[in-house]
Amino acid sequence: MPTVVVEVMPKAELLDPQGKAVAGALSRLGRDRFTDVRIGKRFEVTVEGEVTDEVLAELRELGEELFSNAVIEDVVQVSVLDATPAR
Amino acid sequence: MRVGVVTFPGSLDDRDAQRAVRLAGAEPVALWHGDHDLQGVDAIVLPGGFSYGDYLRAGAIAARSPIMTEVVDAAGKGVPVLGICNGFQMLAEARLIPGAHTRNAHQQFIRRDQVLRVENAGTDWTSGFTEGQEITIPLKNADGRFVADAETVARIEGEGQVAFRYVGVNPNGSVDDIAGVSNARGNVVGLMPHPEHATEPGFGPDTPAAMASGVDGLTFFTSVIERALAK
Repeated sequence: MPTVVVEVMPKAELLDPQGKAVAGALSRLGRDRFTDVRIGKRFEVTVEGEVTDEVLAELRELGEELFSNAVIEDVVQVSVLDATPAR
Repeated sequence: MRVGVVTFPGSLDDRDAQRAVRLAGAEPVALWHGDHDLQGVDAIVLPGGFSYGDYLRAGAIAARSPIMTEVVDAAGKGVPVLGICNGFQMLAEARLIPGAHTRNAHQQFIRRDQVLRVENAGTDWTSGFTEGQEITIPLKNADGRFVADAETVARIEGEGQVAFRYVGVNPNGSVDDIAGVSNARGNVVGLMPHPEHATEPGFGPDTPAAMASGVDGLTFFTSVIERALAK
């Protein structure tokens, strides 16, 4: 069955404490060329049947209504991971 | 006066909230997240804890549980609703109050007896306080950082929807030191600290008078009872 990936990121203007902690670790490891880290969420949603534009639109809507909170996060991508049907 | 306390999977402080309701002089009614029945209660408490493991976002899944359809409907009709900690997060996720919550700015879980300033003594849950009064109640959270965009913050500041502000220490990085907010009507109030843990002498925060004697939280519950009786 096909899988659709929905990716959610904390809003750019918002402090991301998790990302900041990881950026701090990179700095302590001496990996100074990597100056910032932001951590988001990736949802892999298995879809019954074909992934149509309607399905993608529905997942975009769910991304905005449930998977993310618009006050603090943005849906940055909705894409098909594997459109190959199972056997 | 009957005050419902909703239990979700992962609620921790539902029994304490029920006890606080009883100590204030009302009858606590246990409500269940999976029901659509508010059992005719006069007010509702959404308690603290880690509903549904706080998966997705704190309070996010609880905010979409069956009972919350009824809570949102009742809130719209003016029924007083108090959200404590995880309940505050649910109110935000259910859009009953503005804003949202993120991980504490310092990334740590924090527990302390927290001083708050009452900024609005006109809500259903704060009418027993006086504006500017400082109270001490316990705080314990990981995702307690209240955030909202600048426009929303300006609006709630301007319209008196900031109910409580942290004094001395901002324990989680909340914008404008905001500890609690209300809806425009003032029947829905949410805050991160736990009034139900400061309702009984011997089990509350320390005060200058005696250890564990703080009962400032009781006023939340007596306020809503007095409001109901006055109607």
